[in-house]
Amino acid sequence: MAWFDRLKEGLLKTRQGVQSSLRRLVGRGVDPAVLEEVEAALLSADVGVRAVDRMMERLRDHGRGTDPTESLGLLKETLFEILAPAQSEPLETIIRRGPRPYVILAIGVNGVGKTTSVAKLASRLKQAGMTPLLVAADTFRAAAIEQLEIWGKKIGVEVIKHRQGADPTAVVFDGIAAAKARGVDVVLIDTAGRLHTKVNLMDELKKMKRVLNRELPGAPHEILLTLDGTVGQNGLAQARQFHETLGVTGLALTKLDGTAKGGVLVAIAEDLKIPVRLIGVGEQEEDLQDFRAREFVDALFGVEV
Amino acid sequence: MFSALTEKIEKVFKKLRGQGVLTEQNVAEALKEVRLALLEADVNFKIVKDFIGRVQEKAVGREVLESLSPGHQVIKIVWEELRDLMGQDHAGLSLSSVPPTVMMLVGLQGSGKTTTCGKLGRMFKHQGKRPLLVAADPRRPAAGDQLASLGSDLDVTVHRADQEGASRSDVVRLCTEGLARGRDHGYDVVIFDTGGRLHVDDELMLELEDIKRAVNPHEVLLVADAMTGQEAVNVAERFDERVGLTGVILTKIEGDARGGAVLSIRAATGKPIKFLGIGEKADALEVFHPDRMASRILGMGDVLTLIEKAQEAFSKEEAESLQRKVASNTLTLEDFREQILQVNKLGSFDQILSMLPGGERLKTMAGAQEGGLPEKEMKRVVAVIDSMTPRERRDHTLLNGSRKKRIARGSGTSVQEVNRLIKQFLGARTMMKSLVGGGPGKPGKLRKRRKLIRALPSF
Repeated sequence: MAWFDRLKEGLLKTRQGVQSSLRRLVGRGVDPAVLEEVEAALLSADVGVRAVDRMMERLRDHGRGTDPTESLGLLKETLFEILAPAQSEPLETIIRRGPRPYVILAIGVNGVGKTTSVAKLASRLKQAGMTPLLVAADTFRAAAIEQLEIWGKKIGVEVIKHRQGADPTAVVFDGIAAAKARGVDVVLIDTAGRLHTKVNLMDELKKMKRVLNRELPGAPHEILLTLDGTVGQNGLAQARQFHETLGVTGLALTKLDGTAKGGVLVAIAEDLKIPVRLIGVGEQEEDLQDFRAREFVDALFGVEV
Repeated sequence: MFSALTEKIEKVFKKLRGQGVLTEQNVAEALKEVRLALLEADVNFKIVKDFIGRVQEKAVGREVLESLSPGHQVIKIVWEELRDLMGQDHAGLSLSSVPPTVMMLVGLQGSGKTTTCGKLGRMFKHQGKRPLLVAADPRRPAAGDQLASLGSDLDVTVHRADQEGASRSDVVRLCTEGLARGRDHGYDVVIFDTGGRLHVDDELMLELEDIKRAVNPHEVLLVADAMTGQEAVNVAERFDERVGLTGVILTKIEGDARGGAVLSIRAATGKPIKFLGIGEKADALEVFHPDRMASRILGMGDVLTLIEKAQEAFSKEEAESLQRKVASNTLTLEDFREQILQVNKLGSFDQILSMLPGGERLKTMAGAQEGGLPEKEMKRVVAVIDSMTPRERRDHTLLNGSRKKRIARGSGTSVQEVNRLIKQFLGARTMMKSLVGGGPGKPGKLRKRRKLIRALPSF
């Protein structure tokens, strides 16, 4: 199934919500009750109350005396304008252009799907003809190392690891040494999940970044923040805090195959302007896809309106 | 973003000071802030709408209680409504009279089921019961290893399959075996850690139904991430439809997520929240109290839990003697040191701050400070005081240049740091005095806050 269809299917529920509201909008002109429905649909997509309030304001201003279909187009255009800068080239292109080894540091709060995404990304890069290396720097969570190892075996990628409880920075250090010795193309570092409010754990990431840069000037080349697609407004707080501490260079939004819409992306794109490198739309390895703003907005609203 | 709600509402009402009755207009203005705040806390938008309507109805026309400002009055109504939404009292686990009690943890991927399973195991063990954990997630690589590793750390038995087999009947068979083992070997509680699954994944939801039929659990608990957005209600409703939930465990609550999801799940499905996951360690599991959560959602902190913890850590006599000393301004560095160590007993600085009103903001401030790790800082302070002689600790005025130099050397710090500590100590002494409100003059800040807290019925 194509990415677009998959996403559309995933987003079906909201789309129906938004769409039916919008159809009525088209039929009846901009009437407050209908506006309220549109607002509700956007809110239920986790777009966030502030962004929604702003959009509704624009719609109301614009709506007076104009064709409702036009207003709807405006709403879509507004969302697209916000999300377009977040669209990025495929990671493969970026990596090919960048230095070797290209180092990707995967970070995020607990349970967002870092390990799974890192493994799927490694598999994708391998299929593109590159040699990836996985580094199991989550030495905290029980069996996190085993989880990555099993993935490594499955996709045929080497995993650098220490024992559970080891200093994650030491694993990173070894990972870089191994990457240099083996001449790999990409190093993917899987770190332990941590809440963005824990100062000492955030400092640990800073240290990892420092050591990376010392061992390989310029590294990490990509600091990839993984967000859970079902996350609410806290997603913005997460992105802000990680960005402030480390300088996030790309986002991965996972678990979009449920009924989650990932609307918080709108607020993040507006506020932080971080490109979205990947979206996860399913369990399979090929379900880790590139983000396209137009398709995201279209899927949210339904193309046929 | 949320902790400022109380402040914002007070601001709305500041203009209206002296009014005896809450009018439609001033209530509406305050409720606009409440709506914004609730939506930002990820409370389901439908629930927010109903909620605001109900509060408005209750608030308008009500006479302002003598002890409360109009702003506090509205907050009180909001607080009561929030508490009621989450179910007035806390709901315990229903334990079977004939052991083993069978529990099943279900939820989305990454919500924290396995970690929570370990925490529950630890809790039951501490209560003197024999828990058995069953690793019923054949799909996520190393999920069984994770539970086994938690189990061995906690000295709790884990039942798991010999190999990772993924068919539906394999999982059901494993669960049946786990239950039989629990029953035959006299375990008190058997907890099934099922794999994460999407609520719309029909195949996997069927598996869950099969497991439920096979083990016939007393408790089916949904493990949900506190950071979940509007999706929370969908997820809970779907799981409830398929396997009939008996309650919810909310995880990752120790961050800055307000946990609006809690409110939504309870209000939409009527299922009580039973526990909160408040950290990564095995003991970070707390019984859920709706009234306290209401305070947290309003950014008022969870003073009650803090008080309970403090009561465990301090004796009454200690507290009284401290209060006397503070009021008479005879607090010494020795007491100061004692205080710091006592505070450490309450939990990490982070956890304590989150329980205080406006604590989230304090946390950011503390984190932003140069070298601002409060825990480290506290250790240094204790080290400096430890390097003083007993006499110096009782009388800080003795400290001259050469004594300070000696102390700095002894504690591995510098004279500047010793000076800073003394300044901090004196500052803290003055501040504590104003909080206790010992002397004449204005009532302390704490007293004012207490007035509000007292007005909230269950406090």
